[in-house]
Amino acid sequence: MRIPCPICGARDRREFYYQGAASMLARPDPGAEPEVWDAYLHLRDNPAGETRELWYHASGCGAWLVVTRDTVTHDIAGAELASEGTR
Amino acid sequence: MRIAGKGRIDRSRPVRFRFDGVAYDGFAGDTVASALLAQGVRLFGRSFKYHRPRGVLTAGSEEPNALITLGQGPGQEPNVRATMQEIHEGLEVSSQNRWPSLATDLLSVNDLAAPFLGAGFYYKTFIWPRAFWERVYEPLIRRAAGLGALSPEAVEERHEKAYAFCDLLVIGAGPAGLMAALTAARAGADVILADESFEMGGRLLAEDEPVASLPGPAWVASVLAELRALDNVRLMPRTTVTGVYDHGTYGALERVSGHRPPGAADLPRECFWRIVARRAVLAAGAIERPVAFRNNDRPGIMMAGAMRAYLHRWGVAPGGAVAVFGNSDAVHRTARDLLAAGVHVAGVIDSRADAPDAQDYRVYRGAVVTDTVGRRGLEALTLRTADGRYEKLQADALAMSGGWNPSVHLTCHMSARPIWRDDIAGFVPRPGAVAGLIPAGACAGSFSTAACLRDGAAAARDALADLGLTPPDADLPAADDTPHGIEPLWQVPGRGRAWLDFQNDVTVKDVKQAAQENFRSVEHMKRYTTQGMAVDQGKNSNVAALAVLADATGRGIRETGTTTFRPPFSPVSIAAMGAGGAGKGFAPERFTTSHAESVARGAPMIEAGLWYRPSYFPRKGETHWRESCDREIGHVRDAVGVCDVSTLGKIDIQGPDAAAFLDLLYTNRFSTLKPGRVRYGLMLREDGHVMDDGTTACLAPQHYLMTTTTAAAGDVMRHLDWVRQGLRPDLDVAVSSVTEHWAQFAVAGPRSRDLINGLLDSPIDDDSFPYMACGDVTVLGVRGRLFRISFSGEHGYEIAVPARYGDSLFRTLAKRAEALGGGLYGMEALNVLRIEKGFVTHAEIHGRTTAFDIGMERMVSPHKDCIGKALSQRPGLHGPDREQLVGLYPVGAVRELVAGAHLFCSDDVPVSANDQGYVTSAGYSPAMGRMIGLGFLRNGRARYGETLRMVDHLRGIETFCVVERPVFLDQKGDRTRG
Amino acid sequence: MVELAALSPCAGLLPIAHGDVTLSEVDLGQITLMRPWAGRQADLAAALKDAHGLAWPAPGRATGRAGQRAIWFGLDQVVLAGPSPDPALASFGALVDQSDGWAVVRLEGEGAIAVLSRLVPIDLRPSVFKRGHTARTQLQHMPVSLSKLGDRAFVIMGARSMAQTLVEDLKTAMAGVAARG
Repeated sequence: MRIPCPICGARDRREFYYQGAASMLARPDPGAEPEVWDAYLHLRDNPAGETRELWYHASGCGAWLVVTRDTVTHDIAGAELASEGTR
Repeated sequence: MRIAGKGRIDRSRPVRFRFDGVAYDGFAGDTVASALLAQGVRLFGRSFKYHRPRGVLTAGSEEPNALITLGQGPGQEPNVRATMQEIHEGLEVSSQNRWPSLATDLLSVNDLAAPFLGAGFYYKTFIWPRAFWERVYEPLIRRAAGLGALSPEAVEERHEKAYAFCDLLVIGAGPAGLMAALTAARAGADVILADESFEMGGRLLAEDEPVASLPGPAWVASVLAELRALDNVRLMPRTTVTGVYDHGTYGALERVSGHRPPGAADLPRECFWRIVARRAVLAAGAIERPVAFRNNDRPGIMMAGAMRAYLHRWGVAPGGAVAVFGNSDAVHRTARDLLAAGVHVAGVIDSRADAPDAQDYRVYRGAVVTDTVGRRGLEALTLRTADGRYEKLQADALAMSGGWNPSVHLTCHMSARPIWRDDIAGFVPRPGAVAGLIPAGACAGSFSTAACLRDGAAAARDALADLGLTPPDADLPAADDTPHGIEPLWQVPGRGRAWLDFQNDVTVKDVKQAAQENFRSVEHMKRYTTQGMAVDQGKNSNVAALAVLADATGRGIRETGTTTFRPPFSPVSIAAMGAGGAGKGFAPERFTTSHAESVARGAPMIEAGLWYRPSYFPRKGETHWRESCDREIGHVRDAVGVCDVSTLGKIDIQGPDAAAFLDLLYTNRFSTLKPGRVRYGLMLREDGHVMDDGTTACLAPQHYLMTTTTAAAGDVMRHLDWVRQGLRPDLDVAVSSVTEHWAQFAVAGPRSRDLINGLLDSPIDDDSFPYMACGDVTVLGVRGRLFRISFSGEHGYEIAVPARYGDSLFRTLAKRAEALGGGLYGMEALNVLRIEKGFVTHAEIHGRTTAFDIGMERMVSPHKDCIGKALSQRPGLHGPDREQLVGLYPVGAVRELVAGAHLFCSDDVPVSANDQGYVTSAGYSPAMGRMIGLGFLRNGRARYGETLRMVDHLRGIETFCVVERPVFLDQKGDRTRG
Repeated sequence: MVELAALSPCAGLLPIAHGDVTLSEVDLGQITLMRPWAGRQADLAAALKDAHGLAWPAPGRATGRAGQRAIWFGLDQVVLAGPSPDPALASFGALVDQSDGWAVVRLEGEGAIAVLSRLVPIDLRPSVFKRGHTARTQLQHMPVSLSKLGDRAFVIMGARSMAQTLVEDLKTAMAGVAARG
């Protein structure tokens, strides 16, 4: 599996750490209702198809990435820096 | 029998090797199979279940019968195919699955019991009593059935792994692969050409067929010479591409040294390659399939294509009188080649009614072979003629061919299923099965040499177009373009056992029985009969088996479908896949700068994550670790102790928003921390549980140094990067690990300042350096940092210098501490010291505890947000139902506490339903004169003084213990403040 | 006066040679990690050029020469290797001293790429990874910085505490490559 790091180029999966759904980028307001926090922390979609997920280029450039990946075909449509990604 | 003048062996280089202890002679270029066949050996092994005598069936990696064990001892390698193993001087191989010997195998009685041993036999027989499953039946079955055995000892030889990158990976170096490689290489692409054999050329080495008016092998040699001369080509013989993975990644096993006499110890046995290719051409060829007829498994019965390979490539005649049986024109080619080599052809049995006639040998048109005889090797066969007569034919070898199955295996590795083609009676790759992989030649169903060459060139041109390269102009070399005349023939109906899967002893009867018992799905049939589940994965039998299943269930092959193929294509040793990971290769070792001195002082080193840290420092006369540990605790409590704490994570945090960043990370406030001061901080995960703790120093305005625990240093660094990049990219803050730059030592005890002042060029006192102060200092002429912090509860410091001086400073500190009546202390003492003070480590903040649980809920500031705050306030994470941190000490007869033991009310039965909590840390406190511990107890803070029952079910230790506040020593902290 | 003795990260471990490939320890001088403040990368780059004559390297590139290099080191990170950083640089970014944090080794010889191919999962073909290129990647299980500083010479920076494993892994790969002849 190769992940196209926007900084380093395509790299082997072993250089990356997998975190989970990119929805973690949208951290709720501190005063949000418990249900909102619960959804943020625990509730995930499990799509057959395109998914956006967080990967950390741990033994590469150190960038957190949002990788758009298809869970059916394994195709990776692209990756962008989490710091620049759309929320 | 060797045929003069034929074959590609080097007759000037004789090679002697041993098979089952007997010496045999061959030549360089021989495999074990070709050399033994040349010597007239026919019996190579015993079958898996029935222990039937078996000979060589094929000439390639699909070989199901001739499995041998290479070498002996730790490095012995079972199930090596004799057809792949090259011989070399001194090679020792042995046969498998026989006892006491290959010729006299006592378990061959299984063959007589065959009527009872069919599909499902084990399931139906070894049912009662249940208790016998694991203890009696399984060992029994495993002993009787089986292939080769591994040595229980660890492999001594080296294995290697490697990475390679290319524009085009060509898999297989037969006519299609060579043509693809040549076309791409001439266009300037970076090409890797991998082939599983030791000599490239594929079927061109095994047939007598001209290419471009040259003998096949001569054309191969000319192509290889051109490829070798190019910088952009890497030829990888003896390399099997075993798996296809995502995004153009291919796994390949290279056999590096098994084909030569043992020499350089550094030479790896195998190398497992991970090849990343922008495009790939699959030119894997095809595998010839047997025909299932009664007793079709006798030694001497061989695939027709294999027989031609032994003839042309190795100059070996498989017998004195050879019969040929099949359903395509290939049988006639076999007969002609044998005759041309001077081998007697006893007859050709061609199942096709319209089979061509021949002048030089007898053809039985529309006939089939129905049975064979010969216990340890073929002696004669029975055939049924087109008009239904039975005829006996004397022959000591039989070539058979049921057609060819394209080697579609790799195209299925990404879960695509192949598709059926009636015209060739075979499965071909599904278009687009693997992105970027183009099948060409026989594996795509193009069987003639000309079609293979054409396919190879076309596949390369497609790949070049994708790569943006211009294909060269070149004519295709002329070659045979005869179409593949075939009429399906899977089985010859009749009584008796007709083998499909030779390796797993699956017969036509077994598959029919599976269908009868309603295992009609191909997946069920496979598992019920074990068809295709041996080490050869049914390479030459799967298609025939599902044809039989299709027939038995009244469906076509297309509707019946296939099972899929998964990696690896052929077996890969774990040693190769995990190369470099054995022993200490499993993970890097991390050493502190004090390591050499600690070891020199006899300290047993223990692993803490990847780090090595001293357990204790034994002194002369001490006979037990507790003696050393108690003494070291005394150093800290009474004089001064020194301990390397460099393993703690150290993170430099600076920038205009550094304080805001820390406020978000920690539960408590850091924006109020003044330069020159240190504060203890608690960090939560977003789910409200404790992530880590540690101190953070303010070195200067907007500049902080965070310390993490040793265990969580990596996690915390990743977390900081996450918060900075993922959650708050608006904060202007720079985060850098400086763990490795600093050697840092704890200096603790009532005399710690005396020691420190002896090192500094300007001494400190309580006013200039109070508790929780920090600052830059000069340590014996070196610029360092000093922190007045304590993990032992004593007046203490941590002193840091650049790591190059770590070794030297550690030695100096040790000597000076000793001069002050103290000394070094290790992890054992450090642990007791912190338990006495109730300081937590990851034994307590183990991922399931909250700030409330460890009594630090007041550290979660109500005045600001922090990571984990919202969810730490969930109702379930507070209150009397929570297990809370407590101190414990044993009472009663057994004066022992054990980390991991569970706590129960003293009158309760110690079962999980009554569980009240558990012990996390324990140690002997010299100050208390007894063991003390920390643990978590339901509603613990309300239960001080209560006596509980502690049970360690695992070690069988049981005692009573009293609950206390989790601080045993100096509850007010007077000693810390000095 | 400095009364403490200094030890280099690979003291006692290097140099070694196998076949035509050599591995030796390198002293890069002072190692300063530079991280520009938000929006100040151009200013930091200009200051680096003014003070040290070094171009700010693009991702995956190293600039300068022996004794004075700027090596790209990751997202928004560049290492200044050699001189003490000019104080002017501090206005535009964080400067963090990591001089003692890295074990730095030089791998050199015809077989150097073959050796690294056993350990490093990135594309090192000469047409792809050229002189002046650098990468953050891993060597076996170890995070490293890998720079190509000559046609057949690489400089590898690994964590100081892992120096022994770094040398051991390279040594094993060197021996394996040399044994193939």
